[in-house]
Amino acid sequence: MISDLATPDTDLDLWLAQQTDKSLLRFLTCGSVDDGKSTLIGRLLYDSQLILDDQLASLRKESHNRTVGEEGIDFSLLVDGLAAEREQGITIDVAYRFFSTDKRKFIVADTPGHEQYTRNMATGASNADLALLLVDARKGLLTQTRRHSFILSLVGVKHVVLVVNKIDLVGYDQAVFDRIEADYRAFAKDLGFQTLAAVPVSALRGDNIVEKSERMPWFAGSPLVPYLEAIEVAQDRTQGAFRFPVQWVNRPNLDFRGFSGTVAWGRLTVGDDVLVAASRKPAKIARIVTMDGDLDSAIAGQAVTLVLDREIDVSRGDVLAHPGSVPDYSNQFQARLIWMNDEPAFQGRSYLLKIGAQVMPATITDIKFRTNVNTLEQAAANKLDLNEVGTVTIATDRPLAFDAYTTNPLTGGFILIDRLSNATLGAGTIEFGLRRAQNLTYQSFDVDRQVRAKMKGQEAQIVWFTGLSGSGKSTIANLLEKRLTAEGRHCYILDGDNVRHGLNKDLGFTEAARVENIRRVAEVAKLMADAGLIVLVSFISPFENERRLAREIAGDIRFTEVYVDTPLEVAEARDPKGLYKRARAGEIKNFTGLDSPFERPGNPELVLHGGTHEPEALADELYGWLKI
Amino acid sequence: MTLNRLTHLQALEAESIEVLREVAASFERPVMMYSIGKDSSVLLHLARKAFYPSKIPFPLLHVDTTFKFKEMIAFRDQTAEDYGFDLIRHTNADGVRDGINPFDHGSSRYTDIMKTQALRQALNAGRYDAAIGGARRDEEKSRAKERVFSHRNASHAWDPKNQRPELWRVFNTRLNPGESMRVFPISNWTELDVWTYIYAENIPIVPLYFAKPRPVVERSGTLIMVDDDRLPLAPGETPRLETVRFRTLGCYPLTGAIRSEAADLPSIIMEMQASRTSEREGRLIDSDSVGSMEKKKQEGYF
Ligand SMILES: Nc1nc2c(ncn2[C@@H]2O[C@H](COP(=O)(O)OP(=O)(O)OP(=O)(O)O)[C@@H](O)[C@H]2O)c(=O)[nH]1
Ligand SMILES: [Mg+2]
Repeated sequence: MISDLATPDTDLDLWLAQQTDKSLLRFLTCGSVDDGKSTLIGRLLYDSQLILDDQLASLRKESHNRTVGEEGIDFSLLVDGLAAEREQGITIDVAYRFFSTDKRKFIVADTPGHEQYTRNMATGASNADLALLLVDARKGLLTQTRRHSFILSLVGVKHVVLVVNKIDLVGYDQAVFDRIEADYRAFAKDLGFQTLAAVPVSALRGDNIVEKSERMPWFAGSPLVPYLEAIEVAQDRTQGAFRFPVQWVNRPNLDFRGFSGTVAWGRLTVGDDVLVAASRKPAKIARIVTMDGDLDSAIAGQAVTLVLDREIDVSRGDVLAHPGSVPDYSNQFQARLIWMNDEPAFQGRSYLLKIGAQVMPATITDIKFRTNVNTLEQAAANKLDLNEVGTVTIATDRPLAFDAYTTNPLTGGFILIDRLSNATLGAGTIEFGLRRAQNLTYQSFDVDRQVRAKMKGQEAQIVWFTGLSGSGKSTIANLLEKRLTAEGRHCYILDGDNVRHGLNKDLGFTEAARVENIRRVAEVAKLMADAGLIVLVSFISPFENERRLAREIAGDIRFTEVYVDTPLEVAEARDPKGLYKRARAGEIKNFTGLDSPFERPGNPELVLHGGTHEPEALADELYGWLKI
Repeated sequence: MTLNRLTHLQALEAESIEVLREVAASFERPVMMYSIGKDSSVLLHLARKAFYPSKIPFPLLHVDTTFKFKEMIAFRDQTAEDYGFDLIRHTNADGVRDGINPFDHGSSRYTDIMKTQALRQALNAGRYDAAIGGARRDEEKSRAKERVFSHRNASHAWDPKNQRPELWRVFNTRLNPGESMRVFPISNWTELDVWTYIYAENIPIVPLYFAKPRPVVERSGTLIMVDDDRLPLAPGETPRLETVRFRTLGCYPLTGAIRSEAADLPSIIMEMQASRTSEREGRLIDSDSVGSMEKKKQEGYF
């Protein structure tokens, strides 16, 4: 901006109009660690005279003892704004910088090259139109160069400039540049970039940044800045199918009900017919409301409030569209997924999915393959580790409205959120919706226990609690059930209270009746596990034989015997239902622990010490042990 | 008129409105920080637009350090009256009791107690799960690194090395108990964008931004306005009238004025074009040391 100094006698409004007419280019720098991304951005700002005097002064001071160019400045310090970044000399998270030249406005995201912070590179790439992909001339293409390229193609960046940096360190050699360019073009040919240019630069010395470098007369192309000023990346979002994700229901009083949101795609005019994607309920647009007055029409990118001509049910998360071109509406789709968490993505796990304003539980039903970022080859996988990219199918609890990411990124890009920690775990781009016929998961299997459990995102199993009355079995089972349910698992607790009063109310307390009691409970647990549930059985089950029987009935279903080992004195002191008291008084006969024995389990999977630990801690211990 | 492309300011405005609506829709107890400066004025204007015809569905919070310019307080109260929003004022009562001031206790201790701690008190007291602020990425190097939805742990600390990925416009607004979110709807605006928007939309701002003769003293190159008699004068130091204005507003003893004749918005915008220094130059608290903003943010400062 400094370059076109407005003098006080210029007409401000004219000048402002020129500013407004400038187009905006959002780009990012990416590539492997230390290839010079941050230095390049610093250099770009410096050479465009966008570094102000006070910033320059503090920069000079800080550059002491660092790699500097002829100007005595370590340019990376201009963008590496975190203390840890400056200490380690690497970029950790994206820095956003804003600048403009006579021709254009720019928002640049300087992203980290370090593999550990790939998620931050993806963050920077997701909103960019163009990427500067840096390569160190001495090193050529590295794994991170390729990984970043793949992520660019995944999030749909269509314009790439291969910046061969540190060309000063290879003596400005054309052969080096040509070889790297050829290598890269070969690698990138299937990544779907619309434009791909290559330019040799020295970020540190300023070659081919703003002006053509005299040190590389062999280079016939454009230096970096003029190239960025000229390239055409605009995509006319007003032309596509109309999409309006409802963000917020605007209801100031009983007379006004509007739907606030941002037009994601296309154009809308008052009087248009629209449909709610989920319910297919039709309406007409009565008003397009803004604080500056009603509009006749609205285009992609505008934040407005729509009023419909009739009362239909619309809420946050709904998507409005024109009747002729509605979005996909399904609870299953195929997507590409980039994983951003240390804990891998597993088939069958349940997550929260957010797309537009829609949030709902979702499960990765199948990991179809993982893409090797070096070779772009696809390999079978049953999980995705940190920074890996794969193609998956996802099932959501409810159907959702979406588009293929390539036709509409705003209704086709989603994130997955951890249900417990609420961390953002991964980001995906939808390829296409799966209808039943297309859904391989359900086509290739008979409906059996595994399939049912997978639909619920879990492994069907039985957890059998044994221990004295008052030992804490039910309390622990309840805590475990709460936690699992919060994570989206489907559980059911079987215990004396819900079985004895119904199914087993014909049974007494004779030895035969006790065996029959356990047999029935074990059979019910098995049926429930067969339906895909996690069954928590909380029964005193004092005899080793009964417990063995239960395990046998379960067959190949995972069976975990948990002995809640609470000393009799403790259990009796607690006496939550007053049963010990009554038994001591002789009102109850054959009471386990008093006049009927409790056989300590010989080989339980887990022993929980109920006398010395709080139920919360025990439930945690069990949870950790089960690894559900 | 058929529009085919949004202008730069229209696009920025729409993006910010989207963020504000996302906050209103996703959080139980949001609050908007109102610092009375130009960025807050823009934020307030955007919030009015975002929810129109409804009223702003959350309160505004002003953390009053007791050393704000008198004109700022007057402007705040007038604005609250004009627009009828719910204004919460908070001052750190402990700091007042202990007579904390920037002269005797130093700017960083004063800032910590009267701003950072005061803010934490106010946020805890209101049990706010989201606090909207007017910070911009172009202001400072660590701000340039921050997400639009910036996660804070239960003690309001920012963990810059472990920010949540933020892709597209899909914001993860989910929190665990005790955690909160700082939200910056005008992250992608530059100082020039703010001024041109104020001009284009005719947004009222505190008169201190416009040049006028004001009583100042000069201290190590910084012009401090003598806003009241609490400013201790050195022996022989006498305030003199100079035509100055402010590029940024904070506490009067900590905010440097600039010599300027720019008495209206066009002149301010022109002057900014020619300026060779950044707006934060006049802020004493940010220049204490490199990385001081990041440190403050880790302690819970905005
Ligand atoms: N000789 C020479 N050195 C360079 C050039 N560009 C960058 N460097 C040096 O390379 C080192 C790394 O530069 P950075 O800009 O921090 O690299 P980066 O790509 O941003 O690194 P990350 O963000 O951590 O991935 C620094 O020491 C720079 O001074 C160049 O063109 N020539
Ligand atoms: Mg870097």
